[in-house]
Amino acid sequence: MIRSHRTHTLWLAYILHRVSGLGLALFLPTHFYVLSLALTQPERLDGFLHFVEIPIVKVAEFGLVFLLAVHFFGGLRLMALEWLPWSANQKTLAAGAVAGAFLISTTFFLRAI
Amino acid sequence: MSSIPDMMDVSIWRGDGTFGQFESFKVPAQESQTILDVVAWVQQNQDPTLTYRYACRVGMCGSCAMMVNGVPRWTCRTHVKKVLVNNNLEVGPLRNLPVIKDLATDMDPFFDKWVAAEGVHHPTKTRDAPIEPILPTNAGRVEASSGIECINCSVCYAACDTVANNPDYLGPAALQRAWTVYNDSKDANKQAVLDAVSGVGGCHNCHSQGSCTVHCPNGLNPMNAIAGLKRVTAMSFFKNGK
Repeated sequence: MIRSHRTHTLWLAYILHRVSGLGLALFLPTHFYVLSLALTQPERLDGFLHFVEIPIVKVAEFGLVFLLAVHFFGGLRLMALEWLPWSANQKTLAAGAVAGAFLISTTFFLRAI
Repeated sequence: MSSIPDMMDVSIWRGDGTFGQFESFKVPAQESQTILDVVAWVQQNQDPTLTYRYACRVGMCGSCAMMVNGVPRWTCRTHVKKVLVNNNLEVGPLRNLPVIKDLATDMDPFFDKWVAAEGVHHPTKTRDAPIEPILPTNAGRVEASSGIECINCSVCYAACDTVANNPDYLGPAALQRAWTVYNDSKDANKQAVLDAVSGVGGCHNCHSQGSCTVHCPNGLNPMNAIAGLKRVTAMSFFKNGK
């Protein structure tokens, strides 16, 4: 449970950025390993790529694209916070990062199904 | 015949930083009652050994901050009505500071970091020089003025998770003070400020969680100050190599 002093927009944006970063860090080694199969074992890669037709994998891809997009937009928000003159609408920017990530990941999902 | 006031269930931390537990009290609810009123009522009517700290009772001295239902607040200006949950209140000592006894914390680490952040004035003139006029609309002055209402209550320090996880971190209040001094055109040693805030426990530890700004009772914005320090220390590094 999130402790009381943390229940505000920017702390939630912070934890979302951290969790999405961790999720991507865990995903990337697998991603690179699968890509390497194209060079080392192409027939095994073809077999693996059949997985993407399974509905649950499509949902997982939606989650993955969301993590990538929310980490990307969250990173842009933090760079703007630290390098540009102060802007008072930090909560709106954080909410915009999540909304943008949903837009991109949902569009990806709708095109995939 | 006056009606008997409703009673609130109040849990108050008893003990020091090492040993202790929350103790329950029944406290009568009253109109316009503050958290400090509740603590004072318990001390005066139920347990005179309860230890807490306060001074001005009007939100100027920064003495009475405590954790109220898990959130750091200035208790003298926090109305019970605003924070009462299911007729319950939980009052504890400020987070991130050593507890002396009950609700009184040792503020020394907080004030030591204020000094470590070089939040002191470095004069440019002697006391005999005429007063130099500073335009209130000057950009640096506007930035400096935004932080000068800090009352050193340590609410931001208690709210900060970076302070909780890194004992060396200077914390939001000290860094905001450093930002104020840095923007003061009458300050003669801005490099000393930059050196102080760019070290191991400096501004670059901040994760921009924003709890300092959300919970500051005076509506100040330490997150803005820390972001400003990050910018100027980085620019100083790229321009001057330090």
